[in-house]
Amino acid sequence: MKTRFFALSFLLVAVIVSAGLPRSTQAQAAATMAATMPALTKQFKIAIVAPSAKNDIAWTESIFDAATKVQTELGGKDKLEVTISENLFQVPDAAAALRDYAGQGYDLVIAHGTQYGGPLFEVAKDFPDVSFAWGTATDVGTSAGLKNVFAYEARAEEGGYVNGVMAALLSKSGIIGIVGPVEAGDAKLYIDGFKAGALASGKIKAENVKIIYTGSFGDTAKAAESAKTLISQGADVLTGSAQQVPGAITEIQKAKGFWFGTQTDQAAGWPDAVVASQAYDWAPMLKDIITKRLGGTKGGVAYTISLKDGGEKIVYNAKVTLPADVKAAADKAVADISAGKIVVPGNPAMATPAATMAATMAATASK
Amino acid sequence: MLSMGKPRIIGDFEMLMQTLTKRRDILFPILVPVLAVLAALGVGALFLIAIGSDPLIVYGKLINGAVGNTYSQTQTIGKATPLLLVAIGVCIAFRANVLNIGVEGQVIVGGLATAGAALGLQNLSAPLVVVLSLAAGFIAGGAWAGIPGILKAWFGVNEILSTIMMNQISVYLLIVLLTGPLKDTAAGTETANIIQTARIPEALWLAPLIPRTAFHIGAILAVLAAFAAFFFLWRTVAGYRIRAVGQNPRASTYAGISVRRVTLLAMVLSGSLAGLAGAVEVLGVTHRAMQDFSTGYGFSGIVVALFGSLHPIGAIPAALLFGGLLVSGSKLQSVGVSSAMVTVLEGLIVLFVVGSGEWVRRSRRASAPTAAPRAEAVPTAPEVVT
Amino acid sequence: MADSSLVLIAAQGVSAAASYLYAALGESVGQRSGVYNLGVDGVMLMGAFTAFYSVYSGQSPLMAVLIAALVGAAMGLIMAFVSVTLKAEQGISGIGLYMFGLGLSTLLFNTLIKTPRPVDNGFGKVPIPILSDVPIIGTIIFNQNLLVYGALLLVPISWFVLNKTTFGLNIRAVGQNPQAADAMGINVARIRYLAVTFGGAMAGVAGASLSIAQTNIFQQNMTNGIGFIAVALVYFGGWSPLGILGGTLLFSIVTTMQLWVQTLGVPISPSLVSMLPSIVTIIALVLAVSLYRTQTPSALGIPYRRDEN
Repeated sequence: MKTRFFALSFLLVAVIVSAGLPRSTQAQAAATMAATMPALTKQFKIAIVAPSAKNDIAWTESIFDAATKVQTELGGKDKLEVTISENLFQVPDAAAALRDYAGQGYDLVIAHGTQYGGPLFEVAKDFPDVSFAWGTATDVGTSAGLKNVFAYEARAEEGGYVNGVMAALLSKSGIIGIVGPVEAGDAKLYIDGFKAGALASGKIKAENVKIIYTGSFGDTAKAAESAKTLISQGADVLTGSAQQVPGAITEIQKAKGFWFGTQTDQAAGWPDAVVASQAYDWAPMLKDIITKRLGGTKGGVAYTISLKDGGEKIVYNAKVTLPADVKAAADKAVADISAGKIVVPGNPAMATPAATMAATMAATASK
Repeated sequence: MLSMGKPRIIGDFEMLMQTLTKRRDILFPILVPVLAVLAALGVGALFLIAIGSDPLIVYGKLINGAVGNTYSQTQTIGKATPLLLVAIGVCIAFRANVLNIGVEGQVIVGGLATAGAALGLQNLSAPLVVVLSLAAGFIAGGAWAGIPGILKAWFGVNEILSTIMMNQISVYLLIVLLTGPLKDTAAGTETANIIQTARIPEALWLAPLIPRTAFHIGAILAVLAAFAAFFFLWRTVAGYRIRAVGQNPRASTYAGISVRRVTLLAMVLSGSLAGLAGAVEVLGVTHRAMQDFSTGYGFSGIVVALFGSLHPIGAIPAALLFGGLLVSGSKLQSVGVSSAMVTVLEGLIVLFVVGSGEWVRRSRRASAPTAAPRAEAVPTAPEVVT
Repeated sequence: MADSSLVLIAAQGVSAAASYLYAALGESVGQRSGVYNLGVDGVMLMGAFTAFYSVYSGQSPLMAVLIAALVGAAMGLIMAFVSVTLKAEQGISGIGLYMFGLGLSTLLFNTLIKTPRPVDNGFGKVPIPILSDVPIIGTIIFNQNLLVYGALLLVPISWFVLNKTTFGLNIRAVGQNPQAADAMGINVARIRYLAVTFGGAMAGVAGASLSIAQTNIFQQNMTNGIGFIAVALVYFGGWSPLGILGGTLLFSIVTTMQLWVQTLGVPISPSLVSMLPSIVTIIALVLAVSLYRTQTPSALGIPYRRDEN
């Protein structure tokens, strides 16, 4: 009964999405993201304003990496300039930076934090010729009369589910641990998805998926202590989110257990522990935004990256050998989620269909 | 008087210089901090050269970012507003020899209370809600500071300890409320990488004095508060008692002053002003309570208070100076200087300015030899009582 | 697992207490001489970074601790110069030092390491033969890393130095009554320099203990306020090494317990539980204050000026 309702509402949203004006819906955005870019005739300038450090191996690193990746693809600094103002956790400081960059003639100014929405809309109003991108968000500012704002978000729960499926199969002790920052937002979506994935196998008991929230995003030492606590309770597979995770990954690597990452690929630093990471790849989106802007579209598109459109990837660490059945289970989960056969808790189709519809229609109407 | 045979303007200039050299007590307090900032920037230049930046470009941006155009100026004032309110509170507490390190937490609690009140009462008439929510911040900050105040006055718990612990508690309180009762439930926030309350309706914002800038009515409120605190400390009995207890608790007891009550009063007042700082920041700038909305205001506010010689009026220029530094500091990243380098520069400036204070004090003692040496010495030496 | 949860909690709490203990004991010596340093957190960060970077670039962990201590001592020397020679207000100098250390450690990290990377040859657990086999106590105290043993040993050592040596007497005299100490021929400035520099060195070791013993990683601002808690614990302990040990263990063990409670799946907000260590510490002090009277260094925070007697 319940599943049918969810399936129905998911279907409903899908229908609305695909029936909407095709130019700017999420489905269409995904489709065009693969399109080739026109050659840049003059330098394109991107500025990023972010709440944490560009090397946080988490949220901010995901966008900075994407921008530098696109920079390399396009032929370096002369073609695409990328500047970042990091650690601007105070909104007034971020507001100043947004205005500063807009005034300096940047083509695209990225406000990489939900909290930047208020000042972003004000700055965007004053600089109608500059394009802005805002994440995580779904509002492109149509109701505020804006035509130059893109929005983006990631379906963190999808990769969380896949990671959870693998974690359950890999755990020998049957105990899995999660080191979370604060029980909200992107982190909570990821963790809920992970938990659902872990329980889906039926191999793990619900009470053996143990969660500790540190109450902070950047408390590395507390993340390490949380991991120690989980490990001494028998957990041999851990995951976690936010820039504090290096503390936790190091602990599970010491204990010769496994780690599943999110937001960026975390295998480089911990080659013995990281099995796979859900990596946000914003590069196709950035390329699409650049293409749209060069084509005269300054904003109005809301992007959602997911497993289906390839914006979210499960990146495997070649140094950790994954049993074939585990890899197969992960691949099946990815396929099922992409096909809509599995709807992971936290998916707007499940949580608030009305909200997604409103957001989608806002994106649609703006064009 | 005027020397014969010299053009009048040169004579005037000489006289001015003479006066200034004689009146070192006026000259030094202005000149020394300026020189100290320059010296700090000189040392900072070495760091900048070491990381491959051009100090001239960076420092040009530093000045330009703080006062270069109207928008920058409004930002500086906007940043100075909560700093000034916090600093006034710190002045009152430190004058009573209460080392309130917990202003950070009091700003958080004040901001939370204001956001809660504004969102909860938004159906009432707008001016009333604004007043009520400012009052909520003021009262909540005071109550939060009242806990360490009572602990110090009646239980002998050192306030540095309790206020540092209260800061920790308030950070978690912020999370509890922002993920619970005050959570933003608007569409599209389920994937947010931040926790925050809903946006406060525009009718309840503190009106900006220059449209759509951080320069809002709160700035005037803060300056008024500075003068009120000045009047309170030097023209009222309660203010006199605060200063008396701060200078000599034992003598104050003999004079019949209840040191306990005065300690609590100073703590609560300082917490109220910190709470008001949070309230003003929420209603004037961020328009919601959110994670990190006040991070750093506590420590910066203490620095401002001490830069201003623990004098509420002195805190006004100090708040502008430090506000400007913080505002332009965050902009240096756009000329390729990392946020870490900005923090280094801020640390250097604080160390150099505070380190140069002795020359100012010496100049004061030199020109007022009869004054009691430590009576007006800045700042009151904290004598910790446990 | 043979040990009960409570034993494991205590063992983890003791191990996490090491950084607090070094920092707080060092700070207490400085405060005993009359100088309080709010910049401990910044010094810890510098110590944490330099120790980590030393191990990262191939030095032995012991060498790394030594380097961190030297860097911490240098930071302490800055504090001493500003607060003793320049007679600056100590609270604000400490905040300046904190900012400087926070900024510089991040700057160095971004320049030299760039992205969080672990080291695998930090301090590991070194069970002490025989003693580690003793039930309960063995797991809690005698199965830790070297820096934890060092921190625990520092408690009796600093008690002995402060209470049983001329040097310790001089430190206390200078913090209690610098005028009288000066009249007795004690060099007030020298003693304060030594005490504050020692405090800095210990904060450096505290940082090292955090980065290469407790976690094996460095990240910007990784202390996350531990230095400030350490300062608070000095007041908790009433400037006595034993009191500081008590406060440190209490705070650290309750912090660990708070993490364990979360894993039990009790439906309380994790952030509410996270408030516990701070609340318990305050309540414990309220109870303790009625039991013992502490001896406050009465010249704490006051720069010494010979001409002002």
